Amino acid sequence: MEREPAAADEPRPPGRRRRRRRRRRRREGRTRTVRSNLLPFPGAEDPTASAAKGARRLRRCGGTQHLADNRLKTTKYTLLSFLPKNLFEQFHRLANVYFVFIALLNFVPAVNAFQPGLALAPVLFILAVTAFKDLWEDYSRHRSDHEINHLGCLVFSREEKQYVNRFWKEIRVGDFVRLRCNEIIPADILLLSSSDPDGLCHIETANLDGETNLKRRQVVRGFSELVSEFNPLTFTSVIECEKPNDDLTRFRGCIIHDNGKKAGLYKENLLLRGCTIRNTEAVVGIVIYAGHETKALLNNSGPRYKRSQLERQMNCDVLWCVLLLVCMSLFSAVGHGLWVQRYQEKKSLFDVPESDGTSLSPVTAAVYSFLTMIIVLQVLIPISLYVSIEIVKVCQVYFINQDTELYDEETDSQLQCRALNITEDLGQIQYIFSDKTGTLTENKMVFRRCTVSGIEYSHDANAQRLARYQEADSEEEEVVPRGGSLPQRGSTGSHQGIRVLHRSQSTRSHRRTGSRAEAKRASMLSRHTAFSSPMEKDITPDPKLLEKVSECDRCLAFARHQEHPLAHLSPELSDIFDFFIALTICNTVVVTSPDQPRQKVRVRFELKSPVKTIEDFLRRFTPSRLTSGCSSIAGVATSKSAHKSGPSLLSTLANDGALLRLEERLDPQAPGLTSNGYSSGADGWAQHKAAREPEPEQELRYEAESPDEAALVYAARAYSCALVDRLHDQVSVELPHLGRLTFELLHTLGFDSIRKRMSVVIRHPLTDEINVYTKGADSMVMDLLLPCSTDDARGRHQMKIRSKTQNYLNLYAVEGLRTLCIAKRVLSKEEYACWLQSHLEAESALDNREELLFQSAIRLETNLHLLGATGIEDRLQDGVPETIAKLRQAGLQIWVLTGDKQETAINIAYACKLLDHDEEVITLNAESQEACAALLDQCLHYVQSRSPRSAPEKTASSMRVSFSPVCPPSATTTSSPSPSLVIDGRSLAYALEKNLEDKFLFLAKQCRSVLCCRSTPLQKSMVVKLVRSKLKAMTLAIGDGANDVSMIQVADVGVGISGQEGMQAVMASDFAVPRFRYLERLLIVHGHWCYSRLANMVLYFFYKNTMFVGLLFWFQFYCGFSASAMIDQWYLIFFNLLFSSLPQLVTGVLDKDVPADVLLTEPQLYKSGQNREEYGPRTFWLNMADAAFQSLVCFFIPYLAYYDSDADMFTWGTPITAIALFTFLLHLGIETKTWTWLNWTACGFSILLFFTVALIYNASCATCYPPSNPYWTMQTLMGDPVFYLTCLIAPVAALLPRLFFKALQGSLFPTQLQLGRQLAKRSPKKLRAPKETSAQERLPGEPRTEPSEQGSLGPSGSFSQDRSSQVAWPAQQPACSPEASGEPSVVDVSVPLREDTLLEGLSSQTPGLSSPGEVILECPGDSKMKPTSASRAAPLSSIFSLSSFSSLNWISSLSLVSGLGSVLQFSRSGLQMDKQDSEFLPSPLPPDQNLQATDYF
Amino acid sequence: MTWSATARGAHQPDNTAFTQQRLPAWQPLLSAGIALPLFFCAGLAFIGLGLGLYYSSNSIKELEYDYTGGSGLSNCSVCAAAGQGRAPPPRCSCAWYFSLPELFHGPVYLYYELTNFYQNNRRYGVSRDDAQLSGLPSALRHPVNECAPYQLSAAGLPIAPCGAIANSLFNDSFSLWHQRQPGGPYVEVPLDRTGIAWWTDYHIKFRNPPLVNGSLALAFQGTAPPPNWDRPVYELSPDPNNTGFINQDFVVWMRTAALPTFRKLYARIRQGNYSAGLPRGAYRVNITYNYPVRAFGGHKLIIFSSISWMGGKNPFLGIAYLVVGSLCILTGFVMLVVYIRYQDQNDEDEEDE
Repeated sequence: MEREPAAADEPRPPGRRRRRRRRRRRREGRTRTVRSNLLPFPGAEDPTASAAKGARRLRRCGGTQHLADNRLKTTKYTLLSFLPKNLFEQFHRLANVYFVFIALLNFVPAVNAFQPGLALAPVLFILAVTAFKDLWEDYSRHRSDHEINHLGCLVFSREEKQYVNRFWKEIRVGDFVRLRCNEIIPADILLLSSSDPDGLCHIETANLDGETNLKRRQVVRGFSELVSEFNPLTFTSVIECEKPNDDLTRFRGCIIHDNGKKAGLYKENLLLRGCTIRNTEAVVGIVIYAGHETKALLNNSGPRYKRSQLERQMNCDVLWCVLLLVCMSLFSAVGHGLWVQRYQEKKSLFDVPESDGTSLSPVTAAVYSFLTMIIVLQVLIPISLYVSIEIVKVCQVYFINQDTELYDEETDSQLQCRALNITEDLGQIQYIFSDKTGTLTENKMVFRRCTVSGIEYSHDANAQRLARYQEADSEEEEVVPRGGSLPQRGSTGSHQGIRVLHRSQSTRSHRRTGSRAEAKRASMLSRHTAFSSPMEKDITPDPKLLEKVSECDRCLAFARHQEHPLAHLSPELSDIFDFFIALTICNTVVVTSPDQPRQKVRVRFELKSPVKTIEDFLRRFTPSRLTSGCSSIAGVATSKSAHKSGPSLLSTLANDGALLRLEERLDPQAPGLTSNGYSSGADGWAQHKAAREPEPEQELRYEAESPDEAALVYAARAYSCALVDRLHDQVSVELPHLGRLTFELLHTLGFDSIRKRMSVVIRHPLTDEINVYTKGADSMVMDLLLPCSTDDARGRHQMKIRSKTQNYLNLYAVEGLRTLCIAKRVLSKEEYACWLQSHLEAESALDNREELLFQSAIRLETNLHLLGATGIEDRLQDGVPETIAKLRQAGLQIWVLTGDKQETAINIAYACKLLDHDEEVITLNAESQEACAALLDQCLHYVQSRSPRSAPEKTASSMRVSFSPVCPPSATTTSSPSPSLVIDGRSLAYALEKNLEDKFLFLAKQCRSVLCCRSTPLQKSMVVKLVRSKLKAMTLAIGDGANDVSMIQVADVGVGISGQEGMQAVMASDFAVPRFRYLERLLIVHGHWCYSRLANMVLYFFYKNTMFVGLLFWFQFYCGFSASAMIDQWYLIFFNLLFSSLPQLVTGVLDKDVPADVLLTEPQLYKSGQNREEYGPRTFWLNMADAAFQSLVCFFIPYLAYYDSDADMFTWGTPITAIALFTFLLHLGIETKTWTWLNWTACGFSILLFFTVALIYNASCATCYPPSNPYWTMQTLMGDPVFYLTCLIAPVAALLPRLFFKALQGSLFPTQLQLGRQLAKRSPKKLRAPKETSAQERLPGEPRTEPSEQGSLGPSGSFSQDRSSQVAWPAQQPACSPEASGEPSVVDVSVPLREDTLLEGLSSQTPGLSSPGEVILECPGDSKMKPTSASRAAPLSSIFSLSSFSSLNWISSLSLVSGLGSVLQFSRSGLQMDKQDSEFLPSPLPPDQNLQATDYF
Repeated sequence: MTWSATARGAHQPDNTAFTQQRLPAWQPLLSAGIALPLFFCAGLAFIGLGLGLYYSSNSIKELEYDYTGGSGLSNCSVCAAAGQGRAPPPRCSCAWYFSLPELFHGPVYLYYELTNFYQNNRRYGVSRDDAQLSGLPSALRHPVNECAPYQLSAAGLPIAPCGAIANSLFNDSFSLWHQRQPGGPYVEVPLDRTGIAWWTDYHIKFRNPPLVNGSLALAFQGTAPPPNWDRPVYELSPDPNNTGFINQDFVVWMRTAALPTFRKLYARIRQGNYSAGLPRGAYRVNITYNYPVRAFGGHKLIIFSSISWMGGKNPFLGIAYLVVGSLCILTGFVMLVVYIRYQDQNDEDEEDE
């Protein structure tokens, strides 16, 4: 807080200072001051104590004693507070209040119905159960807290003057903590000292955000210079920083030294709680935030509570029940009033006057009766419903978690249910919103192609190798070592052998379906090397390019000592060289060796850091320094003083003498001081080789923040341009001939999503020029290129290169590759100096520093020279197309919302079957609001005009429908598949405007799939919100990255993919799955089960209570509406809770209406949940009507049986109770679809319990239970045959209609679910052996045109027919799907057709798919054309979707010729990979799979 | 906490039948084929049972007589008219004559039946003190509040037995006279009034308070009889085992009926010559007409009934079984039709395969 000295340091204009003061004052509340705990209490000897204000403030916050300690306490209760607090929380639930109110009502004598104490029992029971559950949860929290609190760590002790072991909970703010390698950080700590000579420290944040790469943290400036052990006793500075907040990516503050100097603090200085120290021996830091104020804990919001759709509906029905209850009570009240009036005046013997002898007025009697009725009929509102539902949901969550088929061996992770109470929502989803990258795709980048200075290098060998990986993936058995069978590779230098060895190993280890141990090994391997699967590590270089690279390498090695070495290269070779240098160094990849902690045996040539000041710049760039490789003291001092990487700090000249001297002492430690910047290449290489070859496991690993970066660095390494070392100030690259080149890293302008590019500024060791290498999205980079004149030859050449590159970029995008452009800029010293000036200003700015730095970066990244472009493939995850197809069949609409560019997105969509080649694609690209509106109208008109037109086509095209691999399951128009909609981000923004959103939604609703490209996270969530609110549909959002978080939170069900990109999505999600494909089982099986179970259970609950209450209500007609009950109070109160609760719980937890395998083979069964077939208003009221009928039967059969007899109240009421119990159980029996021994046991237990309790209760006490006196009733009844006779007939009569209708409906109008059940029942063997055969059986009653995946393989009709007629079939329908046979003959038949298709497809191309402001309605194939040869059609049809590319023909020929072999190979492996498909598809591939295959060329 | 929770090793779930939801199960399919035999079997069984019940119920004889006297036809009309509007009504007697052409097979039970009498009315039903009735001395002196307004007499004495149920005790009495020969003398048929209450009620639930000096009257000293009673509870019967709270008429009355029309057992006829039943001949029932029911539209009946294994006469159960049984058979036939048609479809489907 001492800012007077700081302010005095640099005089400012008074006005400005005043403004700053004001700001400060405003911010005072938002800052925290931390001082060392080792200091005596401040105040007395505080130097600034004279300032009264300062002293006061320091006294207040200086001691830091009031700040939270590091104890973790996630428990909600203490022993004392448990009861009141828990009760208070439970009474937040309205139902509990209601039941307590009713129980208390019993204490009013005039209206009580039961023994007051007894009436409280069920409420207390429910409260106790809930309280016990809460207590248990709290206890387990307490235990884990305890465990964490008692972890140990080294804290500096004031008394012992050394670090002593303390528990985590004892750490306080202001303590000094010493952490060793691999220790978990106990609190948010400001890094003050590190064993690393550079003052660096690496942390792994996997615990925090799931990212496995190492993050670099830096010692606070001013402390990094200390060479000797940091001594906490000498630490007297005061740290001023923000109040605790939950922003993991931000930390601001400053440290104020004794002498008044200030230094800024940034997030690079902060070690966050929960992270792990890696690669660093030891660090020391001061605790800034502890315990619950740490960012990790502030970020940790527990499980989410959502209310499921079913529960909302149920609550609504509960309200209906309340209404019913009130009506019944009112009816009774009026009835009683009339009854009293009638009999009172007649002086009836049974009329009881008021206690004072006066007669009771009918109105009062009615009011009393009303209240008593409410008590008696309270059962109608099921008290145990909520508890039961909670229990069932917990069990469902347990079962979902336990499902081995949702367990991912590779990552050893299973599905996590983070939200406990929306399991049944999974069964009702209508819309799925999916992210693309990392969700549909692996987010494991593989370098696929590149183009350098206009020449494409297609890396065919690489494609083949990747195809081979696919194969290896799919094989079950251990593969033979592949060393020998590896594709021919170019000479990659002397360490090829090692690589081969490594590859064969990784080939084996990287297998998804392999044995568990292998998978584990793979996952362990991948733990150490983030984002580096063997796939992206091993790149088979393109021979042509490799040759060129080595050529320029050789040339440069030759010419290295000449004046302009690069000038000796041709422009192309120079570009290639720069291209690879850029690939290697334009990133933030950290190089590590596998053994930890990292031994920093690096060669320290000279200490260079990003240039910080003009003086520095001038000093370092004077010619004299160019020749001398050695470091001058000044250079060291400046560089050290400004020891900061990346966007850096305030510029201060640290002319501190002491620090400087320390530096000097440090210097001699650096080993390679004598060698100059570019040491003799041959020597370096030889040494390096010697060091590397004996220990191949010493291979360097690259840890990148994004998978693209790693892929590029590995790609460059394949061209023997290997990144060997990266420090904050220099990057070393190893080349075979040139040896180690060390680039001086002047600046790194990090990637941000607005610029969509990153740059590094380096000094080139060969030319000594200052180069800027920029890598970024093509759309951005291409606009920033140096405008070239068309006059001279060079300019024209450049233009040509650019247009060629642009073509290739488009091609890459079409192939679904992620494209990046690499560009370069050479800066003259003047330009650099000019830019540096402004950049330094930006860096030192205190206000909107980010904005200024952004501007500065933009200034630098202009006039670029294009080097080339890369195409990186993001592979589709396993099973994505199949999953999408299944989900489609299940009636789910899938929308893909991606930030990727349109072409890439469309292509991925084709690959994963989201778009189909024979369907129309409506592309919506609008430049303005008006254009968007017009387009929407046009599209709407088109879509609407289509539907009537399609009617006559119906018969003609029905054939095709059964062929198309995926058909719209909600096929309202089965004739022609509805079109798909592709919309880009800008048009989406217009379409989401208020006036257009309805139209947009209407259009989207008509479309089979919707693809939103280039959408921002906000747009994603807006789309979800729109669909949710306007269509009233159940939505599910799935994504893996931080950009999906908002969408996940908005959707009804949020699913996170616990994959590559951190944990934010998972943290925000309700369910976390390891891979996309698990969504299929999660929704179709578990979702359906959860929904059906819960729906049936809720319905049963309502039925049960209504029926029971009905019995009581009918009795009111015979007791003068006096609210008396023939059922004993005990039975009345415990019936729901004890006697009839267990069987329904068992059924609710375990019942399976349709077995899992049938659900999976018949995904359309999922629709029952979407349409709320099992629990909707209709079923609810039918259910209630049935309950009323049953209660009538169950009441009047005993009534008539005991009419005119001497039966007393309870002798008559007890049989009714027993009848009700039997009816309930039999009803449940009718509703239960799966009877396990648990069901039998539960039912038996219920009956036994009822009779046991009744017998004991009726024998226990003759006079104890006023007002009822059921003594010996049960015992007497047991000896009465009429009791048994009524108990036999009443339930049967009550359930007869239900059974009759169920059976009749099961035979005549079976629902889909019943058919599925029949299917499972009739052919269990068939289902097990060839699953699909049984699935082929057409469900009777199902429309024949009902599409199914299997149906797509043959003409509709039964599958057996298909088989028998398989041979003759192609002849009958030559044009139709050859998939089922897929033999060459069919291919021949379809060849001419295919060519037609091609022509037609081409001619139908509307130019400019991407041209804005135009609707493109593509109809690339029509019914007859589509099914061409499976293996060949796909590349063609993928072309149809391109617009006008000049290279069109070229691509098609290339793919066709070169790819055929590998496609076939791949297809076979694909078959083995997926058993289900393999049994079914004799040869064939759905075209999309082909497309995927062709991508590997 | 996330970091400690995820520190566990293998996450692979257990592969057991329970956790994987693969418990062996019986999965019945509700369809005509399955329901068919069920319906037929149940139908047949029910019809059989129904026939048995019907016949056994029909074999039970019942003889009932409404002696309320509203219609003016019977001689109880006089009493009914006399008692109108007066409380307590004057003592009045009337008689019911009937003759049996043949032996009324025994054992014969004599019931009285009240209609339109809401003993199950809630306020009435709770107006009792079981503790007092179980002979608890303290409860005898301090009846519970539920008994109000029949808790304390006008003089402030505790009423024993308290409450509305006890107060409204049925107080008509019957005696049965048999004339063997026409014109012969009427012989009183012995009515067994002792075994009419539940054994547990008489022996456990209802107890007299401990005797004071061997006298029940003294035990009840300081209590008042219910307002409607003309004598104290200890004088209900001269038989010491049938007086006070354990008077069987009283015990039977205190077991409140479930429905507004109810019977209560008055006596069993099983002694002497009448153990086999009532022989043929003329009979006279002498009725002491006390109980006013006409005010609220009730009726009083007197009923002779024999019983079978299933209790009293009850034709309903037999009929119900017959009806439900035939319904089952009927639905069974519907099912059969459906099943045959459905079976055809099935066969077609199977041929398809």
